Amino acid sequence: MTTMTDRADRRVIISVASGKGGTGKTTLAVNLALALSAFHDVRLIDADVEEPNAHIFLRPDLEGSRTVELPVPEVDKDRCRFCGRCAEVCAYGAVTVIADSVLVFPELCHGCGGCTLLCPEKAVTERPRAIGVVEWGRAGEVAFVHGRLNPGEALVPPVTRAVKEFIRPGGVTIIDAPPGTACPAVAAVSGSDYCVLVTEPTPFGLNDLALAVEMVRKLGLPAGVVINRFDLGDRRVEDYCARQRLPVLGRIPFDRKLAEAYARGRTAVDDLPGWRDRFSALGREILERASNGRRPRISDVSDP
Amino acid sequence: MKVAVSSQGPDLESPVDPRFGRCAYFIIVDPETREYEAVANPGVQAAHGVGTQAAQVVGSRGVGAVITGNIGPNPMRALSAAGIEVYAGAGGTVAQALDAYVSGNLTKVSSPTVATHSGLGRGGGGGRRRFSTS
Repeated sequence: MTTMTDRADRRVIISVASGKGGTGKTTLAVNLALALSAFHDVRLIDADVEEPNAHIFLRPDLEGSRTVELPVPEVDKDRCRFCGRCAEVCAYGAVTVIADSVLVFPELCHGCGGCTLLCPEKAVTERPRAIGVVEWGRAGEVAFVHGRLNPGEALVPPVTRAVKEFIRPGGVTIIDAPPGTACPAVAAVSGSDYCVLVTEPTPFGLNDLALAVEMVRKLGLPAGVVINRFDLGDRRVEDYCARQRLPVLGRIPFDRKLAEAYARGRTAVDDLPGWRDRFSALGREILERASNGRRPRISDVSDP
Repeated sequence: MKVAVSSQGPDLESPVDPRFGRCAYFIIVDPETREYEAVANPGVQAAHGVGTQAAQVVGSRGVGAVITGNIGPNPMRALSAAGIEVYAGAGGTVAQALDAYVSGNLTKVSSPTVATHSGLGRGGGGGRRRFSTS
């Protein structure tokens, strides 16, 4: 549903991340998407491509899919003179030259194309290698996209970038990021207007929240915190947020009904009375902050 | 014929490093004369692809065999393709490993002894988040 608040040239990208796994990122992302879809065009992107799970709760009707490929080198052994330039330039050891043997390790290749470019004998060509898939569809009012990394693959960011190509102008995009602060999380949250960090009031939650805060600060993303199961544990997460001047946007209680809904693959917004309003209010608060914190984009500047 | 021994230090009295790709040094040594050269492993701190890069380091020194504790699938494939023999299960000091090699007490392997990333020393599993790459 498009309303007056959605200008066609406006888009807001909210990422939901956490240092620690299992804090409630997907719960928050899915419930926000459902609640906000009553007021905005909402697109949920599940960017946890190693273990996507938002589809369990949204049950989208999938409409399409596409394969994510990386260009990996192939060496023509008749042309190769074993000069080793390809191996020298590869930061990941994906091409090795030892004596008069040249070997390619496709699963180590990041697809940069350096070896192809620099081979003086033009012996290196590229072929596409499938590493994952992007699927999209709709879950009621919510447009849905997720990525899946093929089993055994280690290279996450190309699949993350492929799902993020589905960010569209206008409306609200909610990105469900993977946990952690390594490349997969960075790839997921980069470029968002606001990052919501979900944590829990435990020593692990606090430790990993601090790491995630470092990540978003390095990326220059405005961020706020949602404390899940806030009534368990201790006050150290609250104190940390106060010290760091991080807004605590919401506090979700430890509630057996929430856990039961989750275990059935259901959402609080759809199943539990009162929760649609609570997530709508939280969503509006986040959108407000995201809009205020926005830096001008090229499209904003160039629009008349 | 020279051999390469994965080592925790730069001399023959250093302990053998059980990890091939992430060892501190390669001792490039003639097992008979014990003349040696210590080569610092450039991959010790690298994030990815250290096994194949280590294979190239020792390969470029013209060794005929590698002596180490364990070897993963990628360096095993690279060393095999280059015709370099691999002896795994070595322990003690580099000198003791050479004694064992000379007396035929080390096991020559033709397939990897551990899974990839085992040298990271965090239990050797494929923990989900650790090995994701950029």
